[in-house]
Amino acid sequence: MTDNSNLDVKDSESFRRQKSKEEMQKQLISFALMIVFTFIAFAMVATESISRMYVIPILFIMAIVQAGFQFYYFMHMKEKNHEMPATFIFGGVWAAFLTLAGLVVISWW
Amino acid sequence: MSQDHSALFPENLPIEPEKATLEGQNKFFGLWFFLGGETVLFASLFGVYLALKNSTAGGPASEDLFGLGLVFLMTMLLLTSSLTSVYAMYHMRNHDFKKMYLWLGITGLLGIGFLACEIYEFAHYITDYGFTFRSSAFGSAFYALVGFHGGHVLFGICWLIGLLIRNAKRGLNLYNAPKFNTFSLYWHFIDVVWVFIFTVVYLMGKVG
Repeated sequence: MTDNSNLDVKDSESFRRQKSKEEMQKQLISFALMIVFTFIAFAMVATESISRMYVIPILFIMAIVQAGFQFYYFMHMKEKNHEMPATFIFGGVWAAFLTLAGLVVISWW
Repeated sequence: MSQDHSALFPENLPIEPEKATLEGQNKFFGLWFFLGGETVLFASLFGVYLALKNSTAGGPASEDLFGLGLVFLMTMLLLTSSLTSVYAMYHMRNHDFKKMYLWLGITGLLGIGFLACEIYEFAHYITDYGFTFRSSAFGSAFYALVGFHGGHVLFGICWLIGLLIRNAKRGLNLYNAPKFNTFSLYWHFIDVVWVFIFTVVYLMGKVG
């Protein structure tokens, strides 16, 4: 009987390791995607192949996606019990948006 | 007088040693709260930069200054150091202290490489272009934003070296696991800020 409970512990340990391996694979994929995005961003600017009107929004979207990968995969924000961190960061992003909007808009006119 | 710390050095560490104690949880939430504030702080520097980037006062403009090669190298260094600190945290959760140290060491070296590139870059602007903090409003905004980020990298490296030296003989336990985890979160955030710097300052500065 006691052997059984030991087995359970071992199983859950290997299960956990398996889970964290899968997690690692996801993180590697997000790293690869971030490298690809960075390459595309630099290539777009270096080759000057796309007009300015399109380049800036595309660059900006790619930066936001990269930041998302960092927060959700590298910093584990997609895991449970991360409601408070998400609140803090999105609160910060909201205040950041207001600050940016204020400073940019005031200098346009 | 001595307190009993045996609970911090258990035979078997829990799955998430960084969040197993109340202090660990407080550090975890505290750092995220700090990062929320940092977001606003960097946003105001970005806002200042965007507002002033065309005020060159006859001095060099962003298109003349920036070289994409060096910035690309710096981006790769910092992005890779973000991945190596992910590896370090992966080994922390598997309770492998030596491998965690190895990957944290690599993270630190990549960070130092990034900082060296940035110092070279600033020295290049100052000596070859005479572009300083006092050249123009653009110069002030540029050095304030990018220099503040570089200062964060420097602080992170000092923090990491302090952690690595202080805990070298302790092994992984519930007392120092949260410390490594908070450093790792901070380091990722520094990389997030750099993503926006290379996009907004360097790439958009090249586009015009």
